[in-house]
Amino acid sequence: MTDSLRALAQRRWRVAISLTVAMVAVYFGFITLIAFNKPLLGRLLAPGLSLGILLGAAVIVASWLLTAIYVRWANAVYDADLQRLRSTEPEDTA
Amino acid sequence: MIQTAPDTAIGQSNPVAIGFFFAFIGVTFAITYWAARRTRTTDQFYAAGRSISAGQNGWALAGDYMSAASFLGIAGLVSTTGFDGLIYSTGWLVGWPVVLFLIAEPLRNLGRYTFADVVALHRRQRPVRIAAAIGTLATVIFYLIAQMVGAGGLIKLMFGLSYEAAIVIVGSVMILYVLVGGMIATTWVQIVKAVLLLGGAFLLALLVLARFGMNPAALFAAAAERYGAGVLSPGQQVSNPLDAISLGMALMFGTAGLPHILMRFFTVPDAKAARTSVFYATGLIGTFYLLTFVLGFGAMVLVGPETIRAVDRGGNMAAPLLAEVLGGTPFLGFIAAVAFATILAVVAGLTLSGAAALSHDLWVNVVRGGHAGAEEELRIARAATVLLGIVAVALGITFKGQNVAFMVSLAFAIAASGNFPALCLAVFWRKATTTGLLASMVLGTVTTLVLIYLSPTIQIDILGRPAAWFPLKNPALITIPLSFVAGVIGSLATQKSARSELDSFPARERRMLRGEG
Repeated sequence: MTDSLRALAQRRWRVAISLTVAMVAVYFGFITLIAFNKPLLGRLLAPGLSLGILLGAAVIVASWLLTAIYVRWANAVYDADLQRLRSTEPEDTA
Repeated sequence: MIQTAPDTAIGQSNPVAIGFFFAFIGVTFAITYWAARRTRTTDQFYAAGRSISAGQNGWALAGDYMSAASFLGIAGLVSTTGFDGLIYSTGWLVGWPVVLFLIAEPLRNLGRYTFADVVALHRRQRPVRIAAAIGTLATVIFYLIAQMVGAGGLIKLMFGLSYEAAIVIVGSVMILYVLVGGMIATTWVQIVKAVLLLGGAFLLALLVLARFGMNPAALFAAAAERYGAGVLSPGQQVSNPLDAISLGMALMFGTAGLPHILMRFFTVPDAKAARTSVFYATGLIGTFYLLTFVLGFGAMVLVGPETIRAVDRGGNMAAPLLAEVLGGTPFLGFIAAVAFATILAVVAGLTLSGAAALSHDLWVNVVRGGHAGAEEELRIARAATVLLGIVAVALGITFKGQNVAFMVSLAFAIAASGNFPALCLAVFWRKATTTGLLASMVLGTVTTLVLIYLSPTIQIDILGRPAAWFPLKNPALITIPLSFVAGVIGSLATQKSARSELDSFPARERRMLRGEG
């Protein structure tokens, strides 16, 4: 029983750290472009809409998407597994 | 300064602003009175009796986080520098997914009132609690100074009150909320403020966009036409790439170490509600920062950077000036009152988390060795609230006229380097020991303070020296890895003597997933 708890903890950790790394990559990718390729971000995609402004908004949208992915996973998969563990192991010894 | 912009009502007492402000005070005092009867135990005082729903906590988190600095500061920065200001709009949001993935649920299951509960669980209480309380208080005090000095200046500009009077009003009202209504009142003040702030920003953005055919790109194009295409691309603000990355790290990981944010996860019934509340908060805060794109460029085009700088050199009056252009003196009054409410709510949240560190961590678990009754703890928490309120007022008056803008990023740097690494190691790493966690917290906090002192921010901008010993404005790039390394080395060096702490990891992990029950 404890083994399945341990496995669930590890699965949760892997999901959490992967999504954190994705967030870090998105944001620091944006910052690195700002720092090292300013002309690229100044390019206009449409009148008034520079790539920089679009990517800035995209960072915010990416934050939303990543949180949505996590919450979906946690609600559908993690909670169900945790519930199963609880029902097979009702006694709490912690 | 005000005479250079004669066509604004800013700086004169504005009956609409005063009306809205008293309405806000009236509503929040009524909430506080209602909350007072539900604030009799420590669970209720610190954690609202775990009765806050996920939706309510989402709004309250947003309220705690969206300070006047982000509303007025970012709008001002965008209106005077264009794209560079937007770097902050994104930076202030990206910490929230990290809070969700790594911190919110484990914190809710492992702690009771403070993040020190989590770091100290199954470890030597006194040293860990002292270190965590120092990290908490340092974060809270620097954050408070920035808010109080900002409050004094803003209220003076917007209501025509004296700086000192403004500080004393903010301090007393805030003490009243926390002292009488505890976490329940503080939560609802945050919710009311968040609704007002988001509503105000939304209305303002809508009025701006209405002038540009509801098309943000048309607004940006108008800004570029008038002030050059440079306003749409990165400019001078980011001259040093390492500086930008270092600040980004402080913002990203600092959010997950801010005591007043972490404390909010104890107010919800369970880990699932903590999770859902961060999801809502990320949505609300992201929306707010997207609106700042429109507000900033709107102020640039409709008010003009020269006028904005003439009213306030830092550009902080961009949003209120924009409101005046679009909706006249009444709308200016409404936005001014919202800014005031924003500051009040943020300082209340900060004070409550500081009071919890003083009472729950230092008094109960260090001075009294964990043997203090609930009544005594509540009494001490209330005394600590008054003490912190007085300290905040005194510091606000002491730092009058000083450049304190860096103190918010300093607070984030301490949170990111002193609090966040220890919290992560304590929760997720099976080999973490008391010594390692202490090393992480102490080294993280101390090196942050020292490197900020040696940075260009203090040495050149404030002390006026020709050069600084440390090249970066924000030390997080160095101090976050250093804090993790110290935690790992300190833990690995004490594996033998801390056997029982290591053996209790399965129990901790179990509680992290399942909660206490």
